[in-house]
Amino acid sequence: MSDNPYLPYRARIEEIITETDDYNLKSFKLAFLNQEDEQQFHYTPGQFCEISIAGKGEIPIGIASSPTEKGFLLFTVNKTGVVTRYLHNMKEGDMVGVRGPLGNWFPWEAMEGKNVVVIGGGFAFTTLRSSIVFMLHPDNRSKFKDITVVYGARSPGLLLYKEELWEWEKRDDVNVHITVDATEDPEWQYNVGFVPTITEKKITTSENSYALVCGPPIMIKFTQPVLEKVGFSPEQIIMSLEMRMKCGIGICGRCNIGDKYVCKDGPVFSLAQLNELPNEY
Amino acid sequence: MSETVITREEIKEFIKSLQGSYEVFAPVREGGYHRFKQLTGDEAADLDFSNTRLSPKSLLFPQSERMFEFTLDETNEDSHILKETPKEYPPAVVFGIRPCDAKALRLVNVNFDNPEFTDPWWAKRLDSMTFIGLGCNDPCSTCFCTSVGCGPFHEEGLDILLFDLGERYLAKALTDKGEQLLGQGGFQEDADVDTRKRAGELKKEAEHKISSHVPTDKLKDKDLLNLFDAPFWDEVAFACINCGTCTFLCPTCWCFDIQDEVSKNQGDRIRNWDSCMFPLFTLHASGHNPRSEKVQRARQRFMHKLKYYVDKYGNGVACVGCGRCVNYCPVNIDIREVFKLMNEW
Repeated sequence: MSDNPYLPYRARIEEIITETDDYNLKSFKLAFLNQEDEQQFHYTPGQFCEISIAGKGEIPIGIASSPTEKGFLLFTVNKTGVVTRYLHNMKEGDMVGVRGPLGNWFPWEAMEGKNVVVIGGGFAFTTLRSSIVFMLHPDNRSKFKDITVVYGARSPGLLLYKEELWEWEKRDDVNVHITVDATEDPEWQYNVGFVPTITEKKITTSENSYALVCGPPIMIKFTQPVLEKVGFSPEQIIMSLEMRMKCGIGICGRCNIGDKYVCKDGPVFSLAQLNELPNEY
Repeated sequence: MSETVITREEIKEFIKSLQGSYEVFAPVREGGYHRFKQLTGDEAADLDFSNTRLSPKSLLFPQSERMFEFTLDETNEDSHILKETPKEYPPAVVFGIRPCDAKALRLVNVNFDNPEFTDPWWAKRLDSMTFIGLGCNDPCSTCFCTSVGCGPFHEEGLDILLFDLGERYLAKALTDKGEQLLGQGGFQEDADVDTRKRAGELKKEAEHKISSHVPTDKLKDKDLLNLFDAPFWDEVAFACINCGTCTFLCPTCWCFDIQDEVSKNQGDRIRNWDSCMFPLFTLHASGHNPRSEKVQRARQRFMHKLKYYVDKYGNGVACVGCGRCVNYCPVNIDIREVFKLMNEW
């Protein structure tokens, strides 16, 4: 980052993709305006950025692209507050700011040589997409054993990155289980059922494994016992948290859980770490 | 380091002379209270005070501060681009700061200037300042600095410490910066043995006058979750109205918000003091709020100061015992009681 950690890099919106059929989720492909900025921006899957819009403010958003994808950063944004609403109405070519990369990342060193189970629900699939793309890259695939993905949304139209999901589904170097809570689509050829239910069917061992779990609180609540049943220890269950943030660098004081700041000490925590912190998130 | 004797008249002249090459901030009386203010013209410091109502933290960390500016005028090629708000950091002297407030700046500094990130505005201001402290001959009944690693003549964070000996001051230089500044005064009289002895006695007498004591010895080894889940928080927070007075007055509260403000086509990114007492502090855009209840917010303030900070920095508690929150809490919540509850739990 620059000398002033609050100063965003300049970036341009290169492409906007409407991800879901309720139009509430859009992905933004951003390109750095200055090449030097791009060259010094090194990130690892699991990290996030503050996206800055002059006059509106900043929002912390997970990086959905993988460092193996060059030339752009991808962010998928849910329309909820002041900044996200404004961003959703912006157009390709518009200027935004990017501050980051911020926070820690998934435990990639520890996961080498291990099976990796990726469990995601709804729109909490952004840094998981980054992780999957990263692991499937030819330079990295051999570092991991079996990769299994369970990803679900309420309906087919609410799944993110659909084209990629169908592609991954066909590959033989990753086991992908796509599911929806319910659908009336007679053509639907994947699973129907809640994420915890599908996880219970598909994930039968915790041996030599890590599970990356991101999703709404209700999904996490019911997935956790399923993983524990097949022997996942709290150290093997990795989660990424959200919190209201401002500075993103552990200074402004609002995103703490106990003595940890989600923006700097997180957003990635193992369940073992979370068990030692107050249940205030 | 030198120890010099300065008369009351000399120090007035000295402070006045500094105004030529420094911005000088000192306590002045306004209404019924004292506050730190930049001295201009013939305005003089008023040292007849116990402490300022507001802590001097705003000299380094203003309650509201422009960070960046931008234009939204599309015809301007830099439209929507944030640029640092131009600022100057002229050398400044903070005169008459109490030792507790000077120590507080050191406690806060670990947040604003840490191994990973440096807050440029805080760091540059701190660097530009020389702190002349004034020891407390007569601490208040609510002062408990001696319990929290501080004291009425504590030297941490100061460049010069003044002992008020009646008609004269003993000025003790504590850093090179302080020595250099004192040198500019051209004071002739080195403190003799008797004067030094008198200053030492003054310090002992002041420490002895402090009647409030709080226990802190067990806080470090307490289990964080155990303290968090302790039943006394409901009682502590019962009368709290989440007004935020304690956090605004506190010399070690540093939380801030960042907001964009736009007028016509010109805008600023501004940071403002914020408070963990307010529900909006942690409200997610989704509507979820991890600290939606006032008991959670009151607990956060005390846990942050007396446990999280202690665990994170290994630097003692984030409290200097100035007693402001005790004096000004509208519902009489007393941090000294909370010290006891937490330490004894």
